[in-house]
Amino acid sequence: MCLGIPGQIKEIYDMNGIRMGKVDFNGIIKDVCLAYLPDITVGDYTIVHVGFAITRLDEQSALETLALFQSIGLLDEELRSDVAEEEAA
Amino acid sequence: MKYLDEYRDPDLAQRLFAEIRRITTRPWAIMEVCGGQTHSIIRNGIDQLLPEEIELIHGPGCPVCVTPLEIIDKALAIAARPNVIFCSFGDMLRVPGSAKDLFRVKSEGGDVRVVYSPLDAVRLAQQHPDREVVFFGIGFETTAPANAMAVLQAHRLGLRNFSMLVSHVLVPPAISAIMESPTNRVQGFLAAGHVCSVMGTWQYQPLVERYRVPIVVTGFEPLDVLEGIRRIILQLEAGRAELDNAYERAVRPEGNVAAQQVLSEVFEVTDRAWRGIGVIPQSGWRLRDAYRAYDAEVRFAVGDIQTRESPICRSGEVLQGMLKPNQCPAFGKECTPRTPLGATMVSSEGACAAYYQYGRFIKAEEVGVAR
Amino acid sequence: MSEGLNFEGWSCPLPLRDHPNIVMGHGGGGKLSAELVEHLFLPAFAEASAVDMGDAALVAIGGARLAFSTDSFVVRPLFFPGGNIGELAVNGTINDIAMRGAQPLVLSAGFILEEGMPLDQLAAIARSMGAAARRAGVTLVAGDTKVVDRGHGDGVYINTSGFGIVPEGIDIGPTRAQPGDAIIVSGTIGDHGIAILSVREGLEFGATVESDTAPLNGLVADLLSETRAIHVLRDPTRGGMASTLNEIARASQVGIVIDERKLPVQDAVRAACELLGMDPLYVANEGKLVAIAPPADAERLLARMRAHSLGRQAAIIGHVTADHPGLVVARTGIGGTRIVDMMVGEQLPRIC
Repeated sequence: MCLGIPGQIKEIYDMNGIRMGKVDFNGIIKDVCLAYLPDITVGDYTIVHVGFAITRLDEQSALETLALFQSIGLLDEELRSDVAEEEAA
Repeated sequence: MKYLDEYRDPDLAQRLFAEIRRITTRPWAIMEVCGGQTHSIIRNGIDQLLPEEIELIHGPGCPVCVTPLEIIDKALAIAARPNVIFCSFGDMLRVPGSAKDLFRVKSEGGDVRVVYSPLDAVRLAQQHPDREVVFFGIGFETTAPANAMAVLQAHRLGLRNFSMLVSHVLVPPAISAIMESPTNRVQGFLAAGHVCSVMGTWQYQPLVERYRVPIVVTGFEPLDVLEGIRRIILQLEAGRAELDNAYERAVRPEGNVAAQQVLSEVFEVTDRAWRGIGVIPQSGWRLRDAYRAYDAEVRFAVGDIQTRESPICRSGEVLQGMLKPNQCPAFGKECTPRTPLGATMVSSEGACAAYYQYGRFIKAEEVGVAR
Repeated sequence: MSEGLNFEGWSCPLPLRDHPNIVMGHGGGGKLSAELVEHLFLPAFAEASAVDMGDAALVAIGGARLAFSTDSFVVRPLFFPGGNIGELAVNGTINDIAMRGAQPLVLSAGFILEEGMPLDQLAAIARSMGAAARRAGVTLVAGDTKVVDRGHGDGVYINTSGFGIVPEGIDIGPTRAQPGDAIIVSGTIGDHGIAILSVREGLEFGATVESDTAPLNGLVADLLSETRAIHVLRDPTRGGMASTLNEIARASQVGIVIDERKLPVQDAVRAACELLGMDPLYVANEGKLVAIAPPADAERLLARMRAHSLGRQAAIIGHVTADHPGLVVARTGIGGTRIVDMMVGEQLPRIC
């Protein structure tokens, strides 16, 4: 129910007392409300839903997740190829 | 796109599929709560590539689908009024009310406008002080903070011509309702990632304990969905029932505290009728008294609404995961995205629409019927 | 109330059946539009019509074949990144004619002007039209102007009509796709629709995307000089690639298979579609074509396209099959398959 897309904060400004930001989504710049992320800064990535930044994207965690995916099945593959080598020998 | 494409990598997807196949030894029925997850699953063909033992039951996490018929009819009545600019997310425009939808109202002269953000509606109210601007505030907890901010902003700006038709729904009570249903088959839940970005994960621990059911907070991209499934299968195969977070880059246990504060200031919990399901106690949000002035239901006092659902529509059963869309007799015949009987066929995340659009017909040859 | 309209064959929603009105979706280029033509216009014209649902109609006259087309332009806003309604109107009809393999010769232009429209805007539009016609080597030979009351016209609506002569031996049309044929697109998809959305009220975003509006007759001439064996040419305007491919699949009674990963899409267009929850396959194009040709000619055609300024990012995106006739199927990024259906009404931005 929640189309939320990651984008990078390029600029922060104030509009009528609300904290707003210019967020870059791969070349598309959209004005996004940052009121719910008072600590976010330029350069951070955030997930945007209906024009509002709802969370900071934790880049470290993002990379760790991808590393996890890379490693899935890897140990298993190694084990199987070890077993195959033994059996061949 | 950064932090999006990486989670669509086909090779990594194949790894995850292989791993899921490896660890699955028995049939399991898992519900993905969020309509966005349903959409991703069907659109990417994930359901086709999972082992047969895994059944994905599509949950009621489609706010468009579950918005009560009465509220839709009220929206239509308000939108038809001459002085009103009725603003809505695009998703709601084709949802069938008892007799028509917002598109029809527009064709009959109503000023109905699609907006991307509720703040756009506030801006319209500033630009048109002589018109009544009404925003259709639907959604789960993910969207509520945006809607709350729009109300606050209107209040701050002293806008007398802005109001919101509120119909928010909450996930945890829906999970309870599903688990307490006598026909429930769900053995594990993929919780909605962005709902949890806002609300955190702490609301789900009591559900895990009360119902002894594993709940894994899951994202939306193919790899995220697969990872959520992998983790839940691991739990189910091992007989565990725990709360787990598979979407850590966007979800923290405490959620977005600033958003939660604003939500509790602007909204209060209320009973809510879910279209096709019935009333789930304490499952919705409405505007608090302090913001009653911005409540479109009060401002427009829309009279006696006589709702009328299609007698053959079985959206409710689909939303509760009791029926797959292509098992409904009306699917692809009386009910198509062009001629929807219920909201699940209209909403882009409704299970019926997803099944139809991405071709989950029982046999491909039967597609001819649907045209 | 529905004097004489027989709704039997429509698959219309009940509300439309009871109180029939035109809705925005009827102009979307998808199923609703097609229904309006098939069930309202064609029966009304009856024997006086011979519509073949291709981009331009083929008319046999004195031993020659004319490709004759008409198109109306109601785009809002009138001026958008990459162009305005004027050049859209000129290029649009030029392209319809070119999709039949004909070189467009002459155009007419009819204007419905709203009272109060600024003359300097109209002048800018007219200048663009002249420039576009000159660029394409086409002559504007006839025109008409009407004015409607303020509040009834969105500034200006433009209709262009025109024709060209189809050379002997050329037989290009939507019914000609054959199993085994390659499907080639001339460049990035979704540019025009996103350029429009980027300035439309309520959905503004600072996008670097420009409309791709362009006359394709030069590119078509190049392709035909390479080989005359091209079976289908279409320009995927409203309703996007998805609707065009569906129309071809249906008209030729063949199946179409495309590979999502091969679709050329600009990064910014992709990002805009992600943001709005839209699918580039359904977004309008105004300067792209789809060519369907025998596999033996595919590589040569691709090379010829890429050699042309309007085809630099051409790509082979799929093939025609005898399986699942009438259906367009896509291989998804992660290896699944999905059906690419025709667009229903308008594609709307979504939050869910």
